[in-house]
Amino acid sequence: MREISYAEAVAEALSEAMENDPRVCLLGSYFFGLSPRRVLMDELKEKFGPSRIQDTPISEIGIAGIGTGAAMAGLRPIVDIATASFIFQAWPQVVNEAANAFYMSGGQTRVPVIFHILHGLRGGGAAQHSHSPQAMLWNAPGLQIMLPTSPADAKGLLRTAIHSDNPTVFVDHSLLFEVKGPVPDGDYRVPFGQGDVKRVGSDVTLVATSYMVQRSLQVAAKLSAEGIQVEVVDPRTLVPLDKETILASVAKTGRVVVVDECHRSCGVAAEISAIIAEEGFSSLKKPIKRVTRADVPVPFSRVLENAIAPTEDKIEAAVRSLVS
Amino acid sequence: MLPNLPRDEIKDIFRRCLLIRRFEESLIGLHREGGSFGHFHVYIGEEVTGAVAMRMLQPDDKAFTTHRNHGHLLARGADPGRLLAEIMGKATGYNKGKGGTLHALPGELGFLQTSAVVGGVIPLAAGAAYASKQMKKDFVSICLFGDGALEEGAAPETFNIAALWSLPVIFLCENNSLGLGERKSSDYSGSTNAARHLNELVTPYGIPSRVIDGTDAAAVHQAMSEALNRARAGKGPAFIEAQTYRWAGSKPLWPDLLTGITDLTMAWDKGKIPQEHRQWHEKQDPVLRISREILEAGHLSREQILELDSEVRSEIGKGVLFAKESPLPDPQSAFENIFA
Repeated sequence: MREISYAEAVAEALSEAMENDPRVCLLGSYFFGLSPRRVLMDELKEKFGPSRIQDTPISEIGIAGIGTGAAMAGLRPIVDIATASFIFQAWPQVVNEAANAFYMSGGQTRVPVIFHILHGLRGGGAAQHSHSPQAMLWNAPGLQIMLPTSPADAKGLLRTAIHSDNPTVFVDHSLLFEVKGPVPDGDYRVPFGQGDVKRVGSDVTLVATSYMVQRSLQVAAKLSAEGIQVEVVDPRTLVPLDKETILASVAKTGRVVVVDECHRSCGVAAEISAIIAEEGFSSLKKPIKRVTRADVPVPFSRVLENAIAPTEDKIEAAVRSLVS
Repeated sequence: MLPNLPRDEIKDIFRRCLLIRRFEESLIGLHREGGSFGHFHVYIGEEVTGAVAMRMLQPDDKAFTTHRNHGHLLARGADPGRLLAEIMGKATGYNKGKGGTLHALPGELGFLQTSAVVGGVIPLAAGAAYASKQMKKDFVSICLFGDGALEEGAAPETFNIAALWSLPVIFLCENNSLGLGERKSSDYSGSTNAARHLNELVTPYGIPSRVIDGTDAAAVHQAMSEALNRARAGKGPAFIEAQTYRWAGSKPLWPDLLTGITDLTMAWDKGKIPQEHRQWHEKQDPVLRISREILEAGHLSREQILELDSEVRSEIGKGVLFAKESPLPDPQSAFENIFA
């Protein structure tokens, strides 16, 4: 199987979707942020032109609403919010219009829109450009949430989202762009609600999301050399959530660390920990551990950012505390 | 004034006005009887705007409305019984009881979202217009909202984009704040906008606008014709401010029939107009106004007006019965329709 980067896989999925379906279009074109991979978006713009990839004014609530209304009327827009922190400007349209429309209309209005956000600590983002709003989004019923971590998952999940009749938030991370991996040919899709065991182990379960999966794999590889076998579980989507895969791994190992980039309180790790406590308590040999971003606004200086971040060191320490 | 339309069309506009008025009056009556359907907003005083504007839309056109939606829905052909059932939270309602008065949505009539978030539908309506343009379709999108929506940030963002991209969207602002003087603590406020003229808010974006008397059927028809022609010709958005007086009964937080059940004979018998709310009955009530105009034009006689009203009241009566007798939804259905 050919190996490509995560960013290339995302660009391929976008390109193929726009080729196959004239209803698919992009509102906003900072999919790859300001990273060197932004050339991939330049290529797409060259290929499809401004009628399919529309640059927009700096108007998040306007663009999110226009994407949502367009989806209600039959288009399949991908709204690129780019930096996740900016989705707060679009909040009323995302959580109060798009998320509610199908339910409150009694199943009449379908909203096949995708909101793309780049979340997380990326080095120097400081307080206003580093949010991980996925837990807040998870608290708004009606939104599907996907967080791919590998090139194959990115392409397969994005395809599923594009074909879905529901609003989906594509929670993306710029530190994933250069991750390389095998990507199958053909029109494969990764279904929502199907987690993936990214590494098999028997001693400790690491449940991680988004870029934290990559970090957890590094820790798992390191500890393996010492004879500590860590299993890394990647839910891939939060809504719907594959509880079975998480609980099955916990049942096997009896020890679990949940790693996530949201702030600690009411974060993604908090919810996953609660599910394990409610439904997998009898398998636990030790208390659940969480490694998250601290409940602190994100500071600029790298040493300060690291101090509040879910780093590899902190993940490793949490795993060791469960097997000592 | 009446628009220059054949008698049958004028009669149809009038019928829709009556349908809305009698529906809202029945609703307020049901509420007073103890019907618990949460906070609701009525369209009394704005009937002519909705009745004229909505019937000018083509079946494919998309519409977006707000918490004050009953008139828009009925004017476009919603069934009074199913609408009332929705307002009463019944299983037979348009939204199967999940929306209520705030979100009532007859999807089959081209309504895509009824949002009770002030200003919420403004970008959505522009989005439907964007879809029309992208998919090279002929439908236009109409956004119905009140003057308060212009105080929300979503409005100027949308005006900018709609103008930049020449979107086929009509912004129909129903300014029902006329006649609001001093605000009492139990009243809704009127417009709280630094702009002296609301239509000027779209002028910097190059969006053409009209300010009209929303109780003047000819003015509504004229403004809507211009806006629809412009949108269908691909020339972009238009803004209409339809001004109406705030009906006394919707000044308190809960609608109340302060002006009584509308007596259409007041249209020709001044002796019947009471001293209280005299201005309303003589000048501001759009239903009485259009009744007078129809009489003067000779489209209908007094007897024919009363006969039509009687038909409408009978239709509403059937709707009330349907809604009352309809079952409540199965509690388990609360867990359905979260995702498509």
